[in-house]
Amino acid sequence: MTVHERDTAGITWLRHNRVDLALHRLRAANDDATRPLLLLHGLGEATPAEVPSWIDWSGAVYGLDFTGHGRSTVPAGGGYSSETLLADADHALAELTDNDPERSITVVGRGLGAYVALQLAGARASGVHGAILLDGPGLAGGATGPSSMSYTPLPGSLVGAAPDQYALIELCRELRPADYATSFVRLANGGSPAATPIAVCATFRPKWLDAVADAPGVADTTLADAWSLYA
Amino acid sequence: MWLIFAATHPSGLTNPAERTPPTGGAATTNAYDRQVTTDATIDQRRAAADGLELDEHGEMPFPGAERPAREYDLDVGGLRLRVHEWGDADAPPMLLMHGGFDFARTFDGFGPRLAAGGWRVVSWDQRGHGESEHAALYSWDGDMRDALAMFDHATSTSGDGTSRPIPVVGHSKGGALMTQLADAQPYRFRSLVNMDGIPYKRNIPDVAEHERTTMLANDIAGWLDHRRAAGTKQRRPGTLTGLATRRARMNPRLPEQWLQRLVTTGGELVEVPGDGDAAASTSGWRWRLDPSMRFGGFGPWRPEWMLWRLPGLPMPFLGILGSEMEEMGWGTPPDKVAPYLPLDGRCEVLDGVGHFVHIEQPDLVAGMVLEFMGTPS
Repeated sequence: MTVHERDTAGITWLRHNRVDLALHRLRAANDDATRPLLLLHGLGEATPAEVPSWIDWSGAVYGLDFTGHGRSTVPAGGGYSSETLLADADHALAELTDNDPERSITVVGRGLGAYVALQLAGARASGVHGAILLDGPGLAGGATGPSSMSYTPLPGSLVGAAPDQYALIELCRELRPADYATSFVRLANGGSPAATPIAVCATFRPKWLDAVADAPGVADTTLADAWSLYA
Repeated sequence: MWLIFAATHPSGLTNPAERTPPTGGAATTNAYDRQVTTDATIDQRRAAADGLELDEHGEMPFPGAERPAREYDLDVGGLRLRVHEWGDADAPPMLLMHGGFDFARTFDGFGPRLAAGGWRVVSWDQRGHGESEHAALYSWDGDMRDALAMFDHATSTSGDGTSRPIPVVGHSKGGALMTQLADAQPYRFRSLVNMDGIPYKRNIPDVAEHERTTMLANDIAGWLDHRRAAGTKQRRPGTLTGLATRRARMNPRLPEQWLQRLVTTGGELVEVPGDGDAAASTSGWRWRLDPSMRFGGFGPWRPEWMLWRLPGLPMPFLGILGSEMEEMGWGTPPDKVAPYLPLDGRCEVLDGVGHFVHIEQPDLVAGMVLEFMGTPS
């Protein structure tokens, strides 16, 4: 996906602590009965200007720019974790469901966004009716345990434009143990009304995603089938 | 008169104009945008001391405690961090790192004792702590990078301007973080002292997996709920003695007078305006710590991973553990640490001492550390 300039009219600004997050409405619903779809971009990406051609969804389509990405705030000094991005996505969930725990959305994530989508599906199981995990930048993450890549020095100041260089370097080496990832599957299975709350459609399978795809309650399927699972 | 704090919070965010369309509305309201009156005069601090006698700096005195000789700000990656130094500015430098939810002035007793051994003791308030700036993001990596900037600063500004390995002392989280940095960049360390910051494993009882998942679900939901509200969180001011009493729950073994001093060194006297025209303002003391930070949380990191870094450390290593388990302690049994000690390392256990070894026994611990570090050079 490429970053494009866009009219701010389609953006809802969400305040996450000290960060302003850009939630883009890419398209209104063709069918009001279908829940909204939230697109989570990959590491170093941003919400695209238009609904990607591979999205087959009749409800409204939104995209969130994570902290340090797209139009969202680029904070000083880094300090990224996917858990903070999970909280970013949770703010979008609150907005799209109007804070109503009875309402839900479907999430589709690319790369890093797929990892966050998995976490959101576990953390807010009743609010996420289906998480579709796709290939994309930042999918693999870093090591799965302690490694010699225990620290990566950076220049003193990297403050600047999105994507935030701190985000790129910190999130690409983030620890992703498989059992941590599958704990979110268990949470999703325990709290989601969907029979298979997570769909893995990625071709590349790093260890964490391989474990997720093998877990009970996960659909290891094609993207076309995933849309019909949650429509 | 008190100074009026800037109407914008000191978050250090980079938000070029073309990227910041938010123009009000509930979603962009931050409690820190409200005008908070701070920087009270010493007379005002004394008047709000609940009858306690504050010193000439408006701080609660404590035997053996000294204000830093030098305090100043450093820009680290766009964040303003507060540095505190004890000792001669031309003495050989050493670094001293505090634990989570603490601040550098908790070394007011320990720092001067180390400085008396001939060292320039350099400490700092971690991001979001003490007098340092409240950041948008907090992470272990971020804290490590900030620590690295302090190495660069301390060594480049030392007497002869040359960069060389220096002794490092860390307490609790500061000890654990420095242990990881010592593994990653050993050439920066002359020696390392870890004061009760050696993690062993999570204090979670053995439970069935489905129960553990429920615990995780509650942890995550609680944390996310906190994040949803974090932008509007503001610490309510209280009385000096009230804050000290509440801190005693986390520091049950520390003297009351010391906790009162902490309120006057890690807290500030503020006046917070009411929510509306008719609402009265509230004045009192509150901790400077970023209210968006909280205990607990979740993530992939496991404490024992830190332990695995210990055996390979090449520099002289001294671990100091307190035998008494308490709220802020890490519950590390000494016999579990022994097999992981590096070849040139040892671990001392202080009987009848809790997590804050350097505050409970400042003379004893400073003596041990000075002897271990050797002659300043």
